[in-house]
Amino acid sequence: MNVAKMVDAKGLSCPMPLVKTKKAIDELTSGQVLEVQTTDKGAKNDLAAWAKVSGHKLVDMKEENGVLTFWIEKA
Amino acid sequence: MSEKKKKTTIILFSGDYDKAMAAYIIANGAAAYDHEVTIFHTFWGLNALRKEEQVPVKKGFLEKMFAKMMPRGADKMGLSRMNFAGVGPKLIKHVIKKHNAMPLPQLIEMAKEQEVKLVACQMTVDLLGLKQEELIDGIEFAGVAAYLADASEGNVNLFI
Repeated sequence: MNVAKMVDAKGLSCPMPLVKTKKAIDELTSGQVLEVQTTDKGAKNDLAAWAKVSGHKLVDMKEENGVLTFWIEKA
Repeated sequence: MSEKKKKTTIILFSGDYDKAMAAYIIANGAAAYDHEVTIFHTFWGLNALRKEEQVPVKKGFLEKMFAKMMPRGADKMGLSRMNFAGVGPKLIKHVIKKHNAMPLPQLIEMAKEQEVKLVACQMTVDLLGLKQEELIDGIEFAGVAAYLADASEGNVNLFI
């Protein structure tokens, strides 16, 4: 996957992963992919819901050693 | 996205640290959803907007008493439960740090950065004897009509 930008939100709690993701996606153009890494367990539902409502596409998600990684394609 | 932005309006009536934290977390979240967000501060919620330092202003006796008894700024606010005469907030700030969450003053900064509109209710500003100079910069002063204008078009509307 061609990742245009990466957000490291590891160790941060709600609402920071979301706020950082939103800021980063604003800097991308349509079709570009953002990678977000977080350790906030609530982010699994949070970022999925946010992407859905904002129209962005959650391309993929994985969980490894307590780190959640999301790939979001900007609408 | 060309459609009209959604709106979130929050009334912050409470002067409790924990409740204000909830209000500001929701506000920051809503801003991330690209909502136009407004927080109306009224009564004790106005203390979240006070400057920490003492600002020299002319006041009557009652106003001076109010100014002394109310927390000067977000960081000085107490908890709605388990305040324990000021020990509670210290404990909460400790666990906030431990969990890497955002303390209230930073949440307010973040909200300003995200262009959340912070409004002080003028009537209660006057009632509590506060002066504009004593409140942080970059806020607006308005009344019930301005609030209703925003809230009537609002998609999320909370009273905290």
